[in-house]
This record gives sequence, structure tokens and C-alpha cells, in this order.
Amino acid sequence: MTAAHDTPPALALSHITKRYDRVVALDDAGIVVRPGTIHALVGENGAGKTTLMHIASGLVRPDAGQVCVAGREVRLLSPLDALAAGIGMVHQHFTLVPAMTVAENLALGGSGLLHARAMTEQVHDVARRTGFQLDPHARVESLPVSAQQRVEIAKALVRDANVLVLDEPTAVLAPSEIEDLLRWLRAYADRGRAVVLITHKLREALAVANDVTVLRRGRITFTGAAAHTSAERLTEAMLGVAETGMPVRTPTENFGARVVFDAQDISVADRAGTVRIRQATFQVRAGEIVGIAAVEGSGQQELLRALAGRYLLHGGVLKRPADIGFVPEDRGRDATMPDRSLAETVALRGAGRRRGLISWPALHARTAELMRAYDVRAQDPHTPVRALSGGNQQRLVLARELEATWDQPAPSALVIENPTRGLDVRATTAVHQRLRDACTRGAAVVVYSSDLDEVLSLATRVLVVFDGRVRDVPLERAVIGRAMLGLHR
Amino acid sequence: MTVLVAVMLAMLSAGGFAPLGVLGALWSGSFGSWYSITSATLVRSIPLMLTGGAVAVAFRAGVFNIGAEGQLLAGAAAATAVALALPHGGMATTVLALLAGAAAGSAWAGVAALLRARFGVLEVISTIMLNFVALHVVSFLVRGPLQEPTHTYPQTASIVDAVHLPRFPGAGRLHAGIALALLVLAFGGWGLRQTASGFRLLVAGESRAAAASAGMIDVERTIWGAFLCSGALAGLAGAVEVLGVTFALYENISPGYGYTAIAVALLAGLDPWRVLLSAVLFGALEAGAGAMQRDAGVPAALVSVIEALLILGVLGLRAVRWRDRGSAATREELREVAT
Repeated sequence: MTAAHDTPPALALSHITKRYDRVVALDDAGIVVRPGTIHALVGENGAGKTTLMHIASGLVRPDAGQVCVAGREVRLLSPLDALAAGIGMVHQHFTLVPAMTVAENLALGGSGLLHARAMTEQVHDVARRTGFQLDPHARVESLPVSAQQRVEIAKALVRDANVLVLDEPTAVLAPSEIEDLLRWLRAYADRGRAVVLITHKLREALAVANDVTVLRRGRITFTGAAAHTSAERLTEAMLGVAETGMPVRTPTENFGARVVFDAQDISVADRAGTVRIRQATFQVRAGEIVGIAAVEGSGQQELLRALAGRYLLHGGVLKRPADIGFVPEDRGRDATMPDRSLAETVALRGAGRRRGLISWPALHARTAELMRAYDVRAQDPHTPVRALSGGNQQRLVLARELEATWDQPAPSALVIENPTRGLDVRATTAVHQRLRDACTRGAAVVVYSSDLDEVLSLATRVLVVFDGRVRDVPLERAVIGRAMLGLHR
Repeated sequence: MTVLVAVMLAMLSAGGFAPLGVLGALWSGSFGSWYSITSATLVRSIPLMLTGGAVAVAFRAGVFNIGAEGQLLAGAAAATAVALALPHGGMATTVLALLAGAAAGSAWAGVAALLRARFGVLEVISTIMLNFVALHVVSFLVRGPLQEPTHTYPQTASIVDAVHLPRFPGAGRLHAGIALALLVLAFGGWGLRQTASGFRLLVAGESRAAAASAGMIDVERTIWGAFLCSGALAGLAGAVEVLGVTFALYENISPGYGYTAIAVALLAGLDPWRVLLSAVLFGALEAGAGAMQRDAGVPAALVSVIEALLILGVLGLRAVRWRDRGSAATREELREVAT
């Protein structure tokens, strides 16, 4: 805190107000980011974190308030202005062109002619400065998510950003990758630059940040040094009430001990034919919530799809019920039809097995019930899915897969990937409760989450997938963490 | 829409025609009299209803069947062959010929389906190529095995009266094919909307990923079904045309019904019920084209331009509607962010 009084803040937003129609997204909000620090910006989904940072990066223009960079007031009319002022943003949903190479992506936004050698040189230059391993000629779509993120960061740094803003950067990363990223951010800040880390993970904010600012419903409810606050204090600022972050785990034991999934030596191949799960043997019983813990790309996606009956087995024997609720990770792409109505999206469940006629009146009535029960905010069941916000689409898919639809009973088994991705704390708690309810009802639940905390807070048992092998692991954070990285024994 | 009308009138004036006279001819040739309604407009709309339905079913399932023309020709050839082979069968021959037409259209589409399933050939390319193949097969048939007995004209012998589709008394050339077309569209509209397999078709066309995740492992089968169904409808259109209008097979039996069908289906938003209306509209345009040419001396090509303008207009309107809905979604999203 000592030097901060002498040097002007790297980035200061003050008295920022932003309205959409009559809704106030930001109300007299602000943030002061000191050079040489990591500043965590936390808040529930929809609190206005991203909007505030979009203002800092020139994507959104505020109705009132000022933006200062290194002590000078600037007017940011476009992301180019922000880049010129030294503010680079790494978006939650990457803004890369998948079909283009790393070098081409980094050259985007430049002007004049392109020289292949200059573009390659630029990549090597950024790689040297950041310590990232970047292959200039790799196509972005062929890279794993963590590498894509590094490309995105590199893209911000090509223009020599002094302030790096990252929107939920750890959401897509595995634990070991999160550590790498945070360590890298620390080193970056230590060189006198500044980092703004948008996150809703308090633990992360407290662990890595120097300062924390909390937004709640567009207003600042806390700002101060991370060292002088606590998770309880921040939770209160975020939610407005003293609410403990982590729900208590309630293992439901011995629900008749009926085996719902019985996998014997199963192997599963991905779409390209590569075997991703090798000879896995395990059982899942009624009333269990089995958490799958794995780092990205260990084969868990293929395992879950095989359990859900969406992939055929490559080998082995799998006994599974016919009625399985399946929530894929990418709901927008895999679980909905954007141009069709909500009712038609609900009709998707069981579409492969359905025979005869569809009773649309019954389906519409049931859809309206599900919308009420899951707080899906839309006009009526005829509304096209495209007209819904991401959170509402997500709730619709969960409602369809967890509950009885018009002609399908509530499923006796659930297979779910990242059940609460993109949901706020309150919605997350609600979804977790519904999963527990399903399991009390006697359903078998298999859930994968890239957030290990979520796996631990839900699971009554954990299976770790590492390099295609599936192992039963005791419910201990440290043991699971090691197993996920293949470090057991 | 006003812009389009203005462009149309401007083109007519530029060509030295009196716009009102031309439009008058268009009207009298299509809806101006009982005769023009029944014998010109509706007769032309029958093959458009069937091929339009064919295209709509295929497009719904995400199958871009551009080959309705070829499937129509295959159906016409098969129906003619059956009708000529069994001249004494009466109505039984008619029914058999219709079935043969549907089967041949289906088989012709099946070639494209097979190419796609086995070798991944895009159906847009294969179906359009098969149109030319079908045209040449018909050329060969009417000069070879099916040529009329005197071997003078490149066409088949006439189909005997007893095998013709019956006409409605007092309705000129209007034949029973319209009842068949209405039945097919009604059944298609009902089936797509109300049955589980119709819904699967729609899902397969809307999103392969969603279909797979919904546990619909039979996407391939659904697509095959759409291909064959679509071909059958187009083939039926060909059969209906020879049994109800031309009574013989020759090369120019279709003035591009299979291609106009794409416009018919798109204008109808791929909805079988609305295909009915847009088929009548395009039937009227085709009928009016003849009159414009005869009475006002306007080249028929201009009618094609008007058709195209019509499609542009409809697509434009739809785009505007989409944009409005899109911004409604954005507003909702922002509202959510703000609350």
C-alpha cells in the first residue's frame, strides 16, 4: 500500500453508471487498480463485473463516469482505443478464429500488408516475453483450451498491454493449469504491470490477489486489500447476507443398494476412433452421487457419453437403464435447437425412442410447469430458445433432463457435465439441491465438474479419470488432486 | 415490398411496355376467368405442390435435395412405362403407374442418399448432377425403347384415355391430381407436426449435435427417410403430370417444376400447409407468364425476374423479423445481467 500514493493507479474507473433501457447495470461503480498488483473483481453472475470491464476495454460506453489510465483521463470509444491505452482483455468466450493459425490470430486487428515472416517473428517475440510455448503455425481449433487461452493472452500482450483484464480465466482450466496461470499472472504483475481478475471463486481471489473489489447488483459493496479480509466478509458483500459458500454434503447411503450402472471392462472411443477410456470397471448404485474428477481431456467426456448411451462401447459390457437424463457441457450446441420453441426443446428428451403421436397441448402445459419450477424466464412455451439468455437456457435443459416431461417419467439415472457452469451462487445452490433430491428419490447420479470444489460438495463417492483409466478414490481433496494428475503412489 | 413493386414497374416501363397492360395480362392469364383459374393456374400448381412438398420435407431434415427435377423425370418415365405396358387395366393401371412414379423418384433420390452415406458426396452436387442424368435418360427413352410406333417424334405413344387421371366436370383441364396433392400435403403437414418420426426429422435438420445428445442415434436413418420420402413426392409429381396433363413422355415435360419447387418451399417456410398457397401463387405466375407473352408481348423471362423479386421480398421480410427477435433476446440478456 505504501508506494501506491506516489504512483498513479494503472487503471481507475470512477462513478461509472450504465443503464440498459430502464435497468441499471452499474450504479456509481468504480475500481482502482494499482500497478504491480493483481486485483480481483468478484461478484455473483450478473452483478456487473463483466460490464464494468467491458467499459475499461472500450466495448461498452458508460452513461456517466470517467476512466483514467496511468493518471490521465481517456475516452475509450472502441477496443482499439483501449489497446492503444494499454488495456488488453481476455474474454471468457475466446475471441479467436478457430480455423486460423496462432500467428494469423495474433496479427488480427493490425493494418497494412501481412508478411508471413513478420507474423511468425511476432509470435516468437511474444513467446519470449511471456514464457509461453506458442507454435505460430498451429491452427487454433487444434489446440486444447488452456493453450487457446494462452493465445488469447498473447493476443492482448502483442500490443504491449500494461493492464491485463481476464474474465473468468480459470473456468475452463484444470487445477494444475489454474496454478500455472495464476503463477504466471503473479510474475506478470511483479514486473510492474497490473492484472484485473474477474472471478466468482472467492478462494482464488483471496489466494492470488493483492486487492479485492466486490460488486453486487451494479454497486460496489467492498473494496480493500485481500490480506485484511476473509471469505466470510466477501461472501457477505457478494450475497448481501451471511451465507456459507459451501453446502454441506449429505451422503445418501444404501438405497436398497440396487446397481444402476454396471460397467465391466468397458472401453470407449471418441468420434475420431481413438480409444479414450480403457477397460474401466465400476458400479453406480441407486441413491449415489458419483463425482467424476479429471483434468480436461482425460477421457471423462467419452466416459460420460458412454454411460448416457450417446456413444457406443468400443469394448466391454455396460448395463445401464434406458431412461437417462443427460446434460452435456455445451447446452447451446448439444442440448437445444436455437430456432425452435421451448416446448420443442423439451420434446427432445426421449425423441429417439418415442413412437406414435406427439400431444402438443400436453407438452405445452408441462413445459409451462417446468418453466415455473425452474424459474425459466420467457414469455411462454412458444418462445424460440434463441430469445432466452444463457442462464435461462441452462435452467430449461436441466428441468427437461431432471424432471418428468410430458411422456417421459423422471429419469432413474442422471449423467451431467458441469451442472452449474455459468450460474450464480443462488442458482448453483438450487441446482445442487435438485441433484440431491433426485438422488434421495432413488436416482443414480453421475456428475462431472471441472471445478473440483463442486465435485467434492456434491459427490458421495469420487471416480478419478486419468489418461483413460478410471479409479475409485477416497473422498480426500489432496488424494483426488494427486490422482487427477496421475501422481498416486 | 414497395421498393420491389417499384423496381418491377420501372423495369417494365424501361422495356417500353405499359405496366398496367402487362399486369392486366398477368392477371387475366392466372385469375381472370374460371378457365384460367382451373385450367391454367391450378393445373400448373399441382406439380409445384408435390415437388414443393418434396423439397420442404428434405430441407426440413437438413437434406439439400436440389434434385426434385430429376426425380420428377424419373417418376414420369416410370409412370409412362407402366401406363403404356398395361393399357387395359383402367384405374388399376393408373394407381400402379402413380406408385411406380413414386418408387422411381424415391430410387432416383436414393442414388444421392447412397452416395452421401457411402462416400460422403454432398447431396447438393449429386442431386443437381442427377437432374441432368435423368434428362438424358428420358432423351434416350423417347428416342429408343419407349418411342412412339412410327419412330418420327422424340416422344412416347399416347396413354389411353382409360388410364388418365379423371377430370372434374366443368373445371376444364383440372384433374384428380389436385386431390392427391392436397391429400399428400395435408398428410405431410400433419405427419411432420404431430408424429414422433416427423419431430425426429425436424430435429435431425435443426441440429445434428442436439439430435445425437438427445439419444437419437438413428440420425442417419432419419435422413435416409427424408431423402426417400422427398424423392417419392417428386416422382409422384412426374407421374401425375403424365397421367393428368401430357399423356405422353417427352423431353420438355417439365418447365423446371423441380427447380421452381425450391422457391415454392422456401417461400412457404418449409411448411407443407403453406406450400399449398405458395404453389398456387407460383402456378399463377407461370400461367400469367404465358398470357403476358401472348397478350402484352413481354418476354416470359421477365416473369422469372418477378418470381425472384418475390422471393427476395419474402426473405427480406423474414430477415427483418429475425433481427427484431434477435435484439429482443439481447435486451432480455442485458436485463438478466442487470438484475
